[in-house]
Amino acid sequence: MTEPFFQVDGLNTWFFTRQGVIKSVRDISFDLRRGEVLGIVGESGSGKSVTGMSIMGQIDEPGRIVSGSISLDGQELTALTFEEMRRFRGRKIAMVFQNPLMTLNPLMRVRDQMYEAISEHEDVSRRQMHDRCIEVLMAVGIPSPEERLNAYPHEMSGGMRQRVVIATALLLGPDMIIADEPTTALDVTIQAQIIYHIRRQIDERGLGMVWITHDLSTLSELADRIMVMYAGAMMEIGTTEDIIGVPRHPYTRKLLGSVPSRNTPGEKLRQIPGNMPSLLSLGKGCPFASRCERATEICGEPVPATQLSATHHIWCYHPFEE
Amino acid sequence: MLSFVLQRLLQSVVVVFVLSIVLFVGIWLIGNPADILISSEASEADRLAAITALGLDKPLWQQYLTFLGNAVQGDWGTSFVYKEPATSILLQRLPASLELGLVAFVIAIVASVPAGLYAGLKPESLLGRGVMTFSLIGVSIPTFWQGMLLIVAFGIALPILPVGDRGAVATHFGITSSLWTLDGWSHVIMPAFSLALLKMSLLMRVTRAATMEISRLDFVKFAYAKGVRSRKVVVRHILRNALVPLITVTGIELANLLAYGVITETVFSWPGLGKLLINSIKVLDRPLIVAQLTYTALLFIAINFIVDILHMAIDPRVKSVLRRAA
Repeated sequence: MTEPFFQVDGLNTWFFTRQGVIKSVRDISFDLRRGEVLGIVGESGSGKSVTGMSIMGQIDEPGRIVSGSISLDGQELTALTFEEMRRFRGRKIAMVFQNPLMTLNPLMRVRDQMYEAISEHEDVSRRQMHDRCIEVLMAVGIPSPEERLNAYPHEMSGGMRQRVVIATALLLGPDMIIADEPTTALDVTIQAQIIYHIRRQIDERGLGMVWITHDLSTLSELADRIMVMYAGAMMEIGTTEDIIGVPRHPYTRKLLGSVPSRNTPGEKLRQIPGNMPSLLSLGKGCPFASRCERATEICGEPVPATQLSATHHIWCYHPFEE
Repeated sequence: MLSFVLQRLLQSVVVVFVLSIVLFVGIWLIGNPADILISSEASEADRLAAITALGLDKPLWQQYLTFLGNAVQGDWGTSFVYKEPATSILLQRLPASLELGLVAFVIAIVASVPAGLYAGLKPESLLGRGVMTFSLIGVSIPTFWQGMLLIVAFGIALPILPVGDRGAVATHFGITSSLWTLDGWSHVIMPAFSLALLKMSLLMRVTRAATMEISRLDFVKFAYAKGVRSRKVVVRHILRNALVPLITVTGIELANLLAYGVITETVFSWPGLGKLLINSIKVLDRPLIVAQLTYTALLFIAINFIVDILHMAIDPRVKSVLRRAA
């Protein structure tokens, strides 16, 4: 396996609100190789989207990256100025958002929104921009791309719009793409098509991809590795076989147990009882302890990482045995 | 597009027609002008002669039909008081109101949109909060009160601006206006600011709210994620989308400025329509009231029409909705 080109190390992103400090992301570390898909999975509020926005340098006030390092090809991103980071965005790291109906400006033609992604970084002719747009639109399986360029977003279906967004992300040949729930808002057949095209682009272009989702079943098909987050912290990280095959963390087990397709038909849906703790009042221990059947007194203490294998790490005092 | 314009025009005609009935009946309910216009010492014969001359002896529906027939031909009746055609009195007063309203409008827009945009982009900043405080004061102070304060401040305590009346006028390109002369400007600027203050504050709030709402949307985040420069994100993505609600409110406010400067015109003794309307109502000068209110109605209809066209130009979704409906 190749060396990772992208690393996040000890990332903390906090929001300083009037109610107090919301520690949305706490001590997150992971890396990414070319051609690899890392899935980040967690419930709403687990900090997975904030992790993505932190990498993009798009954390809005009152939030900020408190500590930690994000580096791409040895370049430290957290040290960049706003303008330097702007030149990184779209060119080195691109992002795809959840709701394709909201990701495109309703008042602008697709052409102008795609051209803009190029012209803000490179000085090229309209002819060249046009050709590059057609190329990426075809790469994500859009029929009659010429027509789509001329269209307004509302003239296209949700699946078509998400393809346009993905094509836009591919325009400048970035090293990596962060996809925040890119298929959640689409129906299943469209989901499958989009995942197929994305997988192809990853393999052809040697892209690194961070795929943020709450949907473990999608991840099991697409991801090479999976990171499980809960209340802003890492619970478990490993290859897809590690996480889906032999999950060792009680939270991961519960999460897998709540995937409807894994249940026998007619059986009641399995939920995880209780709610996520408030991010305002987190203790130093495991945030899942209050909902965990295996929790004991020691779970109130800071949880160190345990290495289970070369690829598999876990943050738990009472992991399941294999 | 053309069918839309025709459809809107037809709608407008219906609105004007219905409005004229409401107007006519409403004014009839206010009181009989004969009681006010004719001196109480006049003989019964003189009284009847005057009533017949004014056409007040006929039943209401007949009066209305006569009015409608004349109005369609451009004759809106003769003022009971001035004994002149209502239209010509209206046209004499109109330029003064238009120039006051338009100057106020420009002041309101130029001040409110940038300030509201800034406050929406940086709601927590000192300046952003300042804009909100200013607009809160602006919407809270009654117009007549701040108008008088302005007069005291800049007309009396610090006498740098003239108070009252319209100043020198000049005619260029066939338009007679005080905006052609410096003296005219010195007269118009204070009442215009006074008139603009409320609208300015209102538009600041609308702009700020729209900006804040749109800034949170994914397409703005996506634009940043593409590496688009902040200024372009603001102009192309945020401002352009904020214009959609803003244009609606702005249109209504413009019509208000051009039609309802009553309070400001009274405070600054501005010889415009507002003062004329108040005086006409006092003496129940029916033709003049009807003429002015019809002008107001036409103004609102025309401006709403323009707003619709602008929406179509800005928002492609509007056009496709219309195309589907057609």
